[in-house]
Amino acid sequence: MNDIKVSARDVQVWYADNHAIKDVSVEIEDKTVTAFIGPSGCGKSTFLRCINRMNDTIDICRVEGDILLDGEDIYDPQVDPVQLRAKVGMVFQKPNPFPKSIYDNVAYGPRIHGLASGRSELDAVVEKSLRRAALWDEVKDRLNASGTGLSGGQQQRLCIARAVATEPEVLLMDEPASALDPIATAQIEELIDELREKFAVVIVTHSMQQAARVSQKTAFFHLGNLVEYGETSQIFTNPVDPRTESYITGRIG
Amino acid sequence: MNVSILSVIVLGLSVLGFFLARRRALSKVNGKAYKLHSRPIYYGQVVFLFTAVPALLVLALWLFIQPIAIERQVSAEIPASAIPKGSTPQLVMSDVRRIAGGIDAMLHAGNITKAEFNDMSVDTTSIRSQLASVGIALGADVTPAVFEAAKSYRNMKNVGHTAMAAVVLVVALAGLLLSLARITPAQRARNIAEHFILALLIGASLVAILTTLGIVLSLLFETIHFFRIYPARDFFLSLTWNPQFRGGSDLGMIPLLWGTLYISLVALVVAVPVGMLIAIYLAEYAGKNLRSFAKPAIEVLAGIPTIVYGLFALITVGPFIRDWIAVPTGLGNSSSSVLTAGLVMGIMLIPFVSSLSDDIINAVPQSLRDGSYGLGATRSETIKKVILPAALPGVVGAILLAASRAIGETMIVVMGAGAAARLDLNPLEAMTTVTVKIVSQLTGDTEFASPETLVAFALGLTLFIFTLALNVLALYIVRKYREQYE
Ligand SMILES: Nc1ncnc2c1ncn2[C@@H]1O[C@H](COP(=O)(O)OP(=O)(O)O)[C@@H](O)[C@H]1O
Ligand SMILES: [Mg+2]
Repeated sequence: MNDIKVSARDVQVWYADNHAIKDVSVEIEDKTVTAFIGPSGCGKSTFLRCINRMNDTIDICRVEGDILLDGEDIYDPQVDPVQLRAKVGMVFQKPNPFPKSIYDNVAYGPRIHGLASGRSELDAVVEKSLRRAALWDEVKDRLNASGTGLSGGQQQRLCIARAVATEPEVLLMDEPASALDPIATAQIEELIDELREKFAVVIVTHSMQQAARVSQKTAFFHLGNLVEYGETSQIFTNPVDPRTESYITGRIG
Repeated sequence: MNVSILSVIVLGLSVLGFFLARRRALSKVNGKAYKLHSRPIYYGQVVFLFTAVPALLVLALWLFIQPIAIERQVSAEIPASAIPKGSTPQLVMSDVRRIAGGIDAMLHAGNITKAEFNDMSVDTTSIRSQLASVGIALGADVTPAVFEAAKSYRNMKNVGHTAMAAVVLVVALAGLLLSLARITPAQRARNIAEHFILALLIGASLVAILTTLGIVLSLLFETIHFFRIYPARDFFLSLTWNPQFRGGSDLGMIPLLWGTLYISLVALVVAVPVGMLIAIYLAEYAGKNLRSFAKPAIEVLAGIPTIVYGLFALITVGPFIRDWIAVPTGLGNSSSSVLTAGLVMGIMLIPFVSSLSDDIINAVPQSLRDGSYGLGATRSETIKKVILPAALPGVVGAILLAASRAIGETMIVVMGAGAAARLDLNPLEAMTTVTVKIVSQLTGDTEFASPETLVAFALGLTLFIFTLALNVLALYIVRKYREQYE
């Protein structure tokens, strides 16, 4: 059993009057891939965005309840959401490299947070991050080329490299492979499995096969509720809640 | 028959044709519309177009060509002896036109009858005084040759107009009948109508393009003319601008170009930072409500006529700068200055920069902002390091557009910076620009063929090429930028 990295208690989220997350409590383990599954619109992305306070950037969004990172409340007024996001990295559904060079994309976070002093240290960080994202061999000869010129799968791995370069502790991924072809998807999944050695990884996915392949823990959301949370193998073979079973067997969703 | 009645008749015929054609098409298939190649309305459209368009085109061409043709004819009839010393055929022709118009007015007012007019001749009547009674004042007594020319001018005009009405009506009727006769169920009426309309659209855009071409060519010809009588080297390289009405002028463009660039530069120095800050605020910080109010409010600045800005420069900014900056620092004592014009022009340009830049910043995808925030960047880091670099090409385009606007501005310069051509670095001195000098050279009293006047065309062409290049550059940059996100 790994340590608890993130622990959420009675989280509620509203978009104006829309109650998008209802009473969700969950404990996310370190060095584990946790998958959020559920029909679209059930609040997976919303809950994921609570963990790095990305919802703060949406005016109408209101979050209640406690979310603890290593036992400390991330919604405490003492906590700067900007600092928090350096610790809890995020990869988005659509690859969104900045219109800068590959190098500058990866160096973006380290430069902002002052993680490297001097060019050679920064070079090392960039190389290490690109290697971790399994992209180094493909781009090492063209680090100065634009990041937007890469293929979709390469762009997404660049975004992963960009996220791991800030040395986060938790990595949030919102459907990171949904815009990619099967080969690129397989590469990303393999990568996620490796990232688990260093980080707590939380991945939202609409593909149940993907959840089964990459995750150790699975949480099933339905209409804003966390219906069931447990070992991936148990959720997929022996779900407790009838709604989970219906979703997994394809009757809802 | 006058032109508007004629056009109404043609349109009436076309509308009639429309309904007849629809009926005819339907009756050919016994009312079973599905047997027609196209919907009945298209048969109507075809007849409408074939009735109206050729007839109206003939009308337009006729109106264009007739005066030219008559003018030729009549001026050929005037013997050289009828042209007094010191006058020109053009001046005599304008007398002819006025006499002809005067006769029309007299007939219309009932001062004379048709019969009286036919008997009229220079010897028996004082035409000059009769014309004066209907408000046409002539400089000298009318000579017989001129009077005869005026008579035949009138005649030809009347005959021409009658012929025009006849021809136009024949063309309209022919179009109507022929296109009605050609209706068959298999006729591809929709395709014909659509091609016809397409041709009309292309024609319309050709008119715009040809007009531009015409403007450029006329500028070009006059410029070539100018360079025949004034050395191009002096125009481009001489450092003095000093036109003399007696000839022997110095027409060096450089002081004017310098004034243009200097004032534009001051304007951009004002407009670009302010405009950019406004754009960043509006796009990234302002709330929805504020934005929906502030953006149009700033754009109002762009709608103020430049003459009003000019007044502002003349009455408020100029004296202020003179009294509070120029005189105390001892750098000048004129209320017209580069700084005045530049400042006021800068204010005028703010909305160009801010509005376009705001649109461009808004077009930067939200996903890039999310990506940056997700890495722990603050809002200002995100703006500086992601949004502005991503928006930069578009913003540069916006700035170049503002620059070309500044270069072409005239009113603010006349009223803010004066009309003295000067090659100077002091921003508190009066200076002037290319556009101002174009106006003043053309509104002078000099002969039209003198270098002092023709230089305006050379200046105009230079300015045209300059702003065209800026615009092309701006469009190129903006377009290149757009490709990134589509
Ligand atoms: N930015 C937003 N503004 C308003 N409502 C939102 C926003 N994002 C999501 N929602 C609403 O919250 C609910 C959950 O959405 P989301 O978390 O995106 O679901 P999922 O990721 O599971 O498909 C939906 O009803 C959606 O309409
Ligand atoms: Mg989602």
